[in-house]
Amino acid sequence: MARKTPELDASSMADIAFLLLIFFLVTTTMEVTTGINRKLPPPPEKDVDIPDIKDRNIMNILISRTDRMLVNGKPGSLETLTDEVKAFMTPHYPDDPNYPETKLETIDLLGEVHKSKGIISLKNDRGTSYDMYIQVQDKLAIAFTELKNDFSQKKFGKNYKDLNEAQAKAVGKAIPVPVSEAEPENIGNN
Amino acid sequence: MSRFKKKGGKDTPGISTASLPDIIFMLLFFFMVTTVMRETEMLVKINPTSAKEVQKLEKKSLVSFIYVGEPVRTKLGTNTRIQLNDAFATVKDIPEFIAQERAARDEVDRKFLTTSLKVDKETKMGIVTDIKQELRKVGAFKINYSVTEAKED
Repeated sequence: MARKTPELDASSMADIAFLLLIFFLVTTTMEVTTGINRKLPPPPEKDVDIPDIKDRNIMNILISRTDRMLVNGKPGSLETLTDEVKAFMTPHYPDDPNYPETKLETIDLLGEVHKSKGIISLKNDRGTSYDMYIQVQDKLAIAFTELKNDFSQKKFGKNYKDLNEAQAKAVGKAIPVPVSEAEPENIGNN
Repeated sequence: MSRFKKKGGKDTPGISTASLPDIIFMLLFFFMVTTVMRETEMLVKINPTSAKEVQKLEKKSLVSFIYVGEPVRTKLGTNTRIQLNDAFATVKDIPEFIAQERAARDEVDRKFLTTSLKVDKETKMGIVTDIKQELRKVGAFKINYSVTEAKED
């Protein structure tokens, strides 16, 4: 009969593992990895004509250095901004002079679509707080997500994020996100 | 007497701890995998703002961070400062920073490089705008405003 090899004492293994575990527990930081993705426009070329855009096609959002908002010259608030943007960007046909013009465009999968020509112009002061700026960006993002969802529901019976790639692309074409950020101005000296 | 009688007394057998290391190791591996070592020491205070429409930041290796906020050490005043890597910087240092970040990545990955702005919520937009203008000049168009997800209310 072969001699039995003495069993290895593994009781301290747990202690070693515990030490390592505690080290990693302490060093772990569950970091914030969420954010709002944006794409900056390329720098303006020198002598490029500023396109002429009709007044009715532009929604002006101005944020002052005291974090107050002017929407088309009237005081606005964060609570109503989403609805205002949605109303503004929803294509109205037949033509309604209170809303932006529309143009007919043929898009794959969707056929002919009335597309709003509206543009949202966002302008902030150098003294505007970052928090306010993000809140406004967020409200705009919510408005466009809701518009896309409504449109996707109507056309495909699904929410925008459940669409497949080709469908999502088509919806993205039908509902662009025309947010233009104006070059900042120093209105209140900051 | 009976031949089935055990040698020892009636001691209750101890609970086997043989599988304890395995359990601990499992936990250990979990934390090892999820751990992100902080590579920079924060010199500025950042109290992130929150928003509802947030996206997850993917591919963390392709993200370079710019921190903006008040210095942690109160001796340095309360003026908003920019932190790049481990040191304070000015807006003028950003092109070089971006160039370094690009040089550190593979050529194929360079165009996916995102700049994440971690900005304190009290910061004035002026400095953020300056950073954005600087990023535009060097062609780092993909940016991400780092915010936490707002709880539904």
